[in-house]
Amino acid sequence: MKIQKKDSGEFAEGDLTPMIDMTFQLIAFFMVLINFSDAEQDQRIKLPTSELAKPPDAPFDEPRYLQLTKDDTVLFAGDEVPVPGLKPMLVRERQVLERDPDKSAAMVTVIIRADSEAKTGQVQELIQICQDVGFERFALRARQKEQ
Amino acid sequence: MRVRGSGSKNEKIELQMTPMIDIVFQLLVFFIMTFKIILPEGDFNIKMPLAAPSQGAPDPNQLPPMKIRLKANSSGELASIQMNDRKMDSFSSLHNHLISVVGDERGPGSIAQEAEVELDCDYNLRYEYVIAAVSAVSGYLSDDGHIVKLIERIKFAPQRK
Repeated sequence: MKIQKKDSGEFAEGDLTPMIDMTFQLIAFFMVLINFSDAEQDQRIKLPTSELAKPPDAPFDEPRYLQLTKDDTVLFAGDEVPVPGLKPMLVRERQVLERDPDKSAAMVTVIIRADSEAKTGQVQELIQICQDVGFERFALRARQKEQ
Repeated sequence: MRVRGSGSKNEKIELQMTPMIDIVFQLLVFFIMTFKIILPEGDFNIKMPLAAPSQGAPDPNQLPPMKIRLKANSSGELASIQMNDRKMDSFSSLHNHLISVVGDERGPGSIAQEAEVELDCDYNLRYEYVIAAVSAVSGYLSDDGHIVKLIERIKFAPQRK
């Protein structure tokens, strides 16, 4: 039997266009959905839920995030400290803020992201420490309850 | 002068796809790795002014704050809810009672805008109950999904040890 040889002059070329199309579609999808502004979120905190917790229409001018874990520690500026140890950090934060003559501690909104199992007394202690430092606007953050 | 030709007519210009595909896949992997589904979050504003000496006489039109007492058991679970010493069965009954107190009127000068709520909670009460109380006090969702605000001025009573 005679075996036919393939024509060696031609070579099969895969059509890459659909793959590149799909890949760009995926990249566009992920780029649109990625949210760098929520970098302050921490997976250690399980926020309580509320059906009224809707994202704010406008961002706060000077937000400062304090994240209270259920183990009574606070996550602030990348550090984990016990609640009483937060005061010197907030004092430093205020000093840095007030180097800019257009800014003051009264402009700061302290956003408290406390774990749902955290103690209310600890949240109140946090608020007290912030008040001692000079911050007076507070927001309690909750996760939107799925309908 | 001799004009140079554009080379052999048989030459085919081929685009180098490999570097582009490499970069595209790098980007794709980066976005897939950093992607996380984030549920929307919202804030409840709490009015906690600094304890400064008051300037002049207090406003006679200012209503006294409605006191909501949340008691906890030893494990931090909610034991009882009271509003101005009146016992409430649940947060929904607290919510309904508040609506009956402030009425349907909204906007400037209404009771809902003037009223203030003071949350008095046990130290070890789990924070989720505070948010549930704040939700019950601050409003409700209408049938079309909009938030109807009830009482916006919420503050904490001094901490209990």
